[in-house]
Amino acid sequence: MAISESTREQLQQLAARYPRPRSGLMPMLHLVQSLEGEVTPEGITACADAAGVSAAEATAVASFYTMYKRRQVGQHHIGVCVNTMCGLLGGDAVYEALSERLGVGHDAPTDDGQFWLERIECQAACTHAPVMTVDWEYMDDVTPAAAVEIVDRLERGETVLSTRGPAIRDFRATEQTLAYPEDGLAAEGTPVDDKMLVGLRIAKEGGMAAPGVPAPSAPTGQEG
Amino acid sequence: MPLTPVITEHWDDPELFTISGYRRHGGYRALESALTRDPDALISLVKDSGLRGRGGAGFPTGLKWSFVPQNDGKPHYLVVNADESEPGACKDIPIMLANPHALVEGVIITSYAIRAKHAFIYIRGEVPEAIRRVANAVREAREAGYLGTDIRGTGFDLDVVVHAGAGAYICGEETALLDSLEGFRGQPRLKPPFPAVAGLYASPTVINNVETICNIPYIVDRGVDWFRQFGTEKSPGFKVFAVSGHVNRPGIYEAPLGITMRELLDYAGGMRDGHQVKFWLPGGSSVPMLTADHLDIPMTYEDMAAAGTMLGTGTPMIFDETVSVVKAVTRWLEFYKHESCGKCTPCREGTYWITGTLEKFEHGHGTEQEVETLVELCGQIMGRSFCALGDAAATPYPAALKYFRDEFVAATTTSADDQFDPVASYVFAGAVAR
Ligand SMILES: Cc1cc2nc3c(=O)[nH]c(=O)nc-3n(C[C@H](O)[C@H](O)[C@H](O)COP(=O)(O)O)c2cc1C
Ligand code: SF4
Ligand code: FES
Repeated sequence: MAISESTREQLQQLAARYPRPRSGLMPMLHLVQSLEGEVTPEGITACADAAGVSAAEATAVASFYTMYKRRQVGQHHIGVCVNTMCGLLGGDAVYEALSERLGVGHDAPTDDGQFWLERIECQAACTHAPVMTVDWEYMDDVTPAAAVEIVDRLERGETVLSTRGPAIRDFRATEQTLAYPEDGLAAEGTPVDDKMLVGLRIAKEGGMAAPGVPAPSAPTGQEG
Repeated sequence: MPLTPVITEHWDDPELFTISGYRRHGGYRALESALTRDPDALISLVKDSGLRGRGGAGFPTGLKWSFVPQNDGKPHYLVVNADESEPGACKDIPIMLANPHALVEGVIITSYAIRAKHAFIYIRGEVPEAIRRVANAVREAREAGYLGTDIRGTGFDLDVVVHAGAGAYICGEETALLDSLEGFRGQPRLKPPFPAVAGLYASPTVINNVETICNIPYIVDRGVDWFRQFGTEKSPGFKVFAVSGHVNRPGIYEAPLGITMRELLDYAGGMRDGHQVKFWLPGGSSVPMLTADHLDIPMTYEDMAAAGTMLGTGTPMIFDETVSVVKAVTRWLEFYKHESCGKCTPCREGTYWITGTLEKFEHGHGTEQEVETLVELCGQIMGRSFCALGDAAATPYPAALKYFRDEFVAATTTSADDQFDPVASYVFAGAVAR
């Protein structure tokens, strides 16, 4: 796919977000991936031009990071955390069930190009183990059966809600968010869930609180 | 010891992530106050508070800020490390989902103190929800006049950029993060020079963890004496603990530093019914594991060090007796091998060999001799790698061997899965699927 003039303008805008244009390389790569579903040689060249580096340098950067793919990811990226906490608490079984359901192994697309399956590392959600992601949105506390059902529903085009985020869109839409984080979805879903509130609720029920707050007007600390 | 919600105090207000919700609970009051003070006085305040970095190393925050040369004519930068990718660490992401304005307010105050006009929040790319919540907070702060030029008529200018990573644990290492932010492969730099002197674009740069920065508004608003009511002399303050594993109520618990694992475990409803603690790690896979004998040690930087481990990220992972320690350690090493950036030989080659040997054990192969030589191999990596990832990779095995030698020896003839039925560790074992 050819890179359009408007894409080149967007890449320039991403470069201008930073004191030096090269710093914009990562969001630029996310942007071209959102448009093309993978990072193509043409995409890399366009990013390199906007960042003011050679295509070889931009390629070296793109190949360093696991989120940039060099093959079509398809409509949905499916991640299963198999790091120690998730894997041992059941993520291994979740991965196996999905691999069987989709007929693919690690870091590969399905034949029909609809899904990409990946064994992923710790997602900073170990309290919610085992964790799965769809287009990098959280699907917390999954079971093998629940994971397969999520894929079934995505395949049927049904709405699937992230457990701590908005309704699932698709892989390209998430990549767009990574380039332009103000996607208007910050108020969607329930990003703060029971597990994030468990300690607070126990504290409130038990009448526990942090010690008193001094009056706000007192300019404390300067005497230090 | 009671729980003390501070950063988490209003997380049950669904509007907290908005600027009006945050303000309703006193948000941005600290900023208004900070902007009337001398920046140097703010640095002294944070120094006096004794706040230590919550990213893992526990370096004193105010001291780090004071290393930034002032009146040097160079631009200064603040970079927030929101890469949270350490296995077991799961507290910065919840903070950003629930209370993003505390981070933004902390960023503005910190930038004012160190005289930075540009700040960056580097968030791991695999969590778009954190990225959109923080970006939304930055936009709201800008619209409210807390960001931009001549903020609140003080002449202070600040621009904040939310930057999405793209999947690389090593980018959490502060100098690798800077290279990544400059548009290079994320590989660590030689230190010195330290970032406070030559960081982003070779200019003075402060790099702090998300939770560290979220402490700043509370310290500025409530003062040093208030802050030092929590914790110990050497580990003052409170901590957002994230308890994961085979407990009845995994989740977020905010408590003073110095609380014990036994107390946290109690709040977390104890181990799942009928099971006991086998091993636990105070803060991430990079710190040495402990056992049920260590549940009464206060969770402070100094007490954890005295017990031969580290507080790390303060996100305890607890495993019960159904878990094969061989399998757990092997999985962590597979992670380090995958994430080694390849820059230096001890780590690149070492993670390859340790992982290979551990995988043999996991599958019931290897010799007792290898159980010993693997300790030597770890010893050769420890302290000889270019950055702390190499040290981290050399940590889990010797730590596990200290308490579970028999299990590793047994693994040379009986696979981990034959010693421990993996299904027994599943949290949904016997449960009906949703
Ligand atoms: C491999 C590696 C990964 C790290 N990952 C993180 C991280 O994700 N978040 C973080 O705050 N610190 C991380 N650190 C520690 C940082 O290098 C640095 O010490 C920290 O960001 C400083 O902030 P603090 O003083 O506020 O803790 C990592 C260190 C290493 C060696
Ligand atoms: S220790 Fe590992 S991660 Fe660190 S520089 Fe060396 S190879 Fe890279
Ligand atoms: S191990 Fe899966 S989220 Fe941490």
